[in-house]
Amino acid sequence: MTLDLSLLPDGGVRWLDASGQHSDVVLSTRVRLARNVDGYAFSGRARDGERLRVLAQVREALKAIPAMPDSFMVRVDELPAADRAMLFERHLVSRELAGLESQHPLRSGAAVYLSDGLSVMINEEDHLRMQSLQSGFELRAAYAALDRVDRELGARVPFSYHPEFGFLTACPTNVGTGMRASVLIHLPGLVLTKEIGRVLAGLQQMGLTYRGLYGEGSEVVGNFFQISNQTTLGRSEEDLLDQLIRVVGHVIEREEEARRVLLRDAGYIIEDKLWRSYGTLRYARSLTFDEAMNYLSGVRLAVGLKLIRGLSVYTLNKLLIFSQAAHLSAAEGRSLSESETNLARARYVRKALDNEAGAVG
Amino acid sequence: MVCDNCHERDAVVNLTTIENNAVRQLHLCEQCAAERGVETTVATPKHPLGEFLQAVQQQTMPASLDAGKCPFCGLTMKDFRDTGRLGCARCYTTFEPSMRELLRRVHGGPRHIGRTYRAPREEAVGTAGVLGELRDKLRRAVEQEQFETAAELRDRIRVLE
Repeated sequence: MTLDLSLLPDGGVRWLDASGQHSDVVLSTRVRLARNVDGYAFSGRARDGERLRVLAQVREALKAIPAMPDSFMVRVDELPAADRAMLFERHLVSRELAGLESQHPLRSGAAVYLSDGLSVMINEEDHLRMQSLQSGFELRAAYAALDRVDRELGARVPFSYHPEFGFLTACPTNVGTGMRASVLIHLPGLVLTKEIGRVLAGLQQMGLTYRGLYGEGSEVVGNFFQISNQTTLGRSEEDLLDQLIRVVGHVIEREEEARRVLLRDAGYIIEDKLWRSYGTLRYARSLTFDEAMNYLSGVRLAVGLKLIRGLSVYTLNKLLIFSQAAHLSAAEGRSLSESETNLARARYVRKALDNEAGAVG
Repeated sequence: MVCDNCHERDAVVNLTTIENNAVRQLHLCEQCAAERGVETTVATPKHPLGEFLQAVQQQTMPASLDAGKCPFCGLTMKDFRDTGRLGCARCYTTFEPSMRELLRRVHGGPRHIGRTYRAPREEAVGTAGVLGELRDKLRRAVEQEQFETAAELRDRIRVLE
């Protein structure tokens, strides 16, 4: 099976186009629902045959649902590792579904059903992980789109549900609504003013949690944080969304305030530092992933503060994804060693910034 | 590069601070960075739930409540502690007392108050889907030597076929 992501608008990364609300601070919004098909053991304990039957049953039902137009199925279990890594880097499948690590080997029947902004992973930790990805801070819109898929699919496939515990999931931390709503947010102002520790501690008191760019277990790089609800049981979807909207709204205000303080109290230092980030990205010959993320963070902040003009946030957002190892290998048409990857990354970033350099000032 | 603070461990964090309009660059190791309130990694213990559950069980209930295994998928409490994952939907009722206590502690509220759901009737699922599901249940029932359930399932399959 070959992977053709050109079937999706913008190759499946339209969620990076910076069209949503507060997109200078919030990159994207993601909501996911975990569901299991009744009558089968959960994916991790199911036999190969059971997972394939889950896949067949869900696949049949998905064909008939209008909530996901122009969608197509990718059999992740039939893809080479390089393609699976690319799907993962684009946030279209989870690390576990991509089967890239020894602790989560590739499962038979692993598949993803993709359409613009919506996807359904099949045979992830739960039989179904449906997700909605949107640009900017758009929790309600993301949930509304996903809720339609959930209702239409749930009317054709029986989900495991318990009147007291709600939707049943392999991990008890997801039981109930099965919903994890998260916002990918860029907080360089709070990091630079050292407010971030307090803000993150505050989140935890509110029953929210934070992670890095790639979710559970991933490191925080480039000042990108994913803020999400931690509990899924005992509160309604609406209630969980309302709280996240309120708290993230507050975090955005704190970030904007921190940026104003930085400009007011340390204007020229910040301006110099951020232009240096831009200069490094424009001219460096080798960049590690962490370096690229950190300089991109600086340039993104500079664009947000209007210290650098003429550079689109969309370009910067896309660099986050397309300057990663599997994408660089795909662009070069061969697998790259680590040092080759760093060279290719610097080349790719230079070229992307060169294209817009005429307008930058 | 070594840490600017302890001068022992490798520096992994570049901390830029601004004090009195002067910028200061510090290269810190993870520990020293953490002491200054800069989180560098999101630590996730391997199976926190398993350990957590073990603690809950020891405190609140006799082990005998959870003896045995799930009649559908064969999972035992020990399997759950090892992996942090349940095996099937039935596990929730098999280990209900433990699960209720665990969920109360993990989530605060023990009762689902989100969207309610009613599974579609069999005709909406389609005969093929129902048959596949029933055959799986039958296979598992035979394996678990639940012959009464198996006989019932066999009858339902015959009707559908």
